Amino acid sequence: MPPTPRHLPDPVLLRGLTQRRLGRRDALRLSGLSALGLALAACGVEGQGNPDASAPAADAVAKYWAGKTSTKKVDFACWPLYMDPEQPELKKFTAETGIAVNYQEVIQEMGPWFAKVQPQLAAGQSIGYDLMVITNGIQFKQFKDSGFLAPLDPAKLPNFAKNAAPAYKQEAFDPGNVYSVPWASGITGIAYDEKRTGRPITKLADLWDPAFKGKVGMFSDTQELGNFGMMVLGIDPDESTAEDWRKAAAKLKEQKDQGIIRNYYDQSYIDALGKGEVWITQAWSGDVFQKNVSDGTDFKFVIPEEGATIWTDNFTIPVTAASPLDAITLIDFFYRVDMAASLAEYINYVTPVPAARDQIRKDAAAASGEDKAGLEEIAESPLVFPTEADYAKLNYYRDFATPAEQQEYQRIFEPIVLG
Amino acid sequence: MRRVLAPYLLILPGGLWLLLFFVVPMVTMLSLSLQQGDIVNGYVFTGHWQTYVDAISAYREQLFRSLVYGAVTTIVLIVVSFPVAYWIAFYGGRRKATYLFLLLLPFFVSFVLRTISWRYILTDDGFVLGPLKDIGLLGPSFHLLGTPFAVVAGLVYNFLPFMVLPVYVALERIDPRVVEAARDLYADPATAFRRVILPLALPGVFAGVLMTFVPASSDYVNSAVLGSSDTTMIGQVIQAQYLANSDYPTASALSFTLMAVLLIGVFAYARALGTEDVMKVAAR
Repeated sequence: MPPTPRHLPDPVLLRGLTQRRLGRRDALRLSGLSALGLALAACGVEGQGNPDASAPAADAVAKYWAGKTSTKKVDFACWPLYMDPEQPELKKFTAETGIAVNYQEVIQEMGPWFAKVQPQLAAGQSIGYDLMVITNGIQFKQFKDSGFLAPLDPAKLPNFAKNAAPAYKQEAFDPGNVYSVPWASGITGIAYDEKRTGRPITKLADLWDPAFKGKVGMFSDTQELGNFGMMVLGIDPDESTAEDWRKAAAKLKEQKDQGIIRNYYDQSYIDALGKGEVWITQAWSGDVFQKNVSDGTDFKFVIPEEGATIWTDNFTIPVTAASPLDAITLIDFFYRVDMAASLAEYINYVTPVPAARDQIRKDAAAASGEDKAGLEEIAESPLVFPTEADYAKLNYYRDFATPAEQQEYQRIFEPIVLG
Repeated sequence: MRRVLAPYLLILPGGLWLLLFFVVPMVTMLSLSLQQGDIVNGYVFTGHWQTYVDAISAYREQLFRSLVYGAVTTIVLIVVSFPVAYWIAFYGGRRKATYLFLLLLPFFVSFVLRTISWRYILTDDGFVLGPLKDIGLLGPSFHLLGTPFAVVAGLVYNFLPFMVLPVYVALERIDPRVVEAARDLYADPATAFRRVILPLALPGVFAGVLMTFVPASSDYVNSAVLGSSDTTMIGQVIQAQYLANSDYPTASALSFTLMAVLLIGVFAYARALGTEDVMKVAAR
């Protein structure tokens, strides 16, 4: 420290003399500001992150299921076009068990569904549903990692153990079915109206064809959208890198900037196709079939040459469910071969119960006329019972290792959807 | 003592209401916009103002587009509403109340439902465009839905009463003798309108602009229902960030940015009109 010059008083005294005094107004202002600062800092959003979520404690199942009793009522949250509107399976379930089912088609897209129920689940409140069907992907992981899913008790799922295909017991997103069992799998491909396109559609590249300017639909779900952007460039989404995402985003941006895109859709894409708003669109395999059956339309679904993705929608029970016991009873009911067959016959999605095929053939033998032809077609349909060769063409969703990686992905694709 | 406390007691319910439903959410939102993290592990306050820079640079186009749509909507509304309000105020006679009621009648139906009905009217092969396409006036891929035209039309339709009513109130208040006096002083009808009626109606127009420009610019329903990805408005982005991506900081930062832009816009507008106090004029 240099010596203090003689002519100056002690620096400490100097500072004391020259320092600004705090007036009453300043004090008020200061306390106001610090109160605001405190308030700002106190407003953090608490996370529910549970690093052990994928490997829950051994007694988690016993702990969760202890003392759970039947309330004779299940509130079931599902997607549109996922069950015969007459609900024959649910009617049968109620007749046999006395458990009433309130079936609601409230899920249209995964992101909004997670955002909608997250605050209630985080607060430990019921979301009003005991059972929900959710897709593997970003939000499935968020549900799981937040500890929002009840651990399933294998002892309560005997039909599942007996009838589910081995592949569905080892899915990468939930090996061993700790939190979920499949409802149905499906393929994301292309649906089109041949009357309007004027030619059969075979490739992903057709979605970029300027001939269909303003008549092409894509999904607003960033994973569905990004996957197609990657596959058209020959990139396997499952093994993609951030660099691939940027390339795919550029390709998708090009599709949009050329005015080829009509809009980005959630489940409403099927209405847009029905009204002729879009002629060719990204689509989920079973929807087109059901639309044709219910509205007498003649839309086509195709698995593009470059490849397509396969996903699985899963039964899950939110931890705050009021009636988990009845919910798990209902889950297992859908694993009865006759029920799995009945469901697949209507929704035309991949069933996790292989034995359903023989059941459908039997139903076909018993039916006559148009019904018979329809059922025979379903029993042989690659969309309901894909062969090994079909599976080889299909890609899986990318699994994000960290939230940061997933955020990076979303920040690359979100601005495309949000024009 | 009682007399001293009375005003405070009177302001108490309103004050508490504002504190609970305005101040608290605002502070929470400001805090959120400066937080970092993710929805699974939680958001923590870090004073990360970079979120504002990132959010604005990613969505400046939507922000600008919203202001343009809001402005166009407001201008169209003035043009459409003024004659309607003028006619009801000066020629409505005994049936003024009936006409106003008729004007408001569609608005007894829910906002979303009304907007969705427009989808059916404007849809590509609907009863408006379908026949025009059949006779070959329009090409097969011509469409109105998903264009800025459809969005602005929806906004104009939905905000119509908010412009008509204030303009009507201002016009209704004009003393007919003032107009007569103008005519007596040899003003032709056009001059009387320009120099007497219009200036007296301006406060109503001003209030109407406030009541339509601000909500129209931040609207997210019309563009979601009638628009496409080319017409995305900032309200939709904020909604998606909150309610689809659970990206609270980006959503909050965009909300604050939008609010700031609108406030600046409104005050600049008030300045330009030469009013010192925006609210004083609006409340007149």
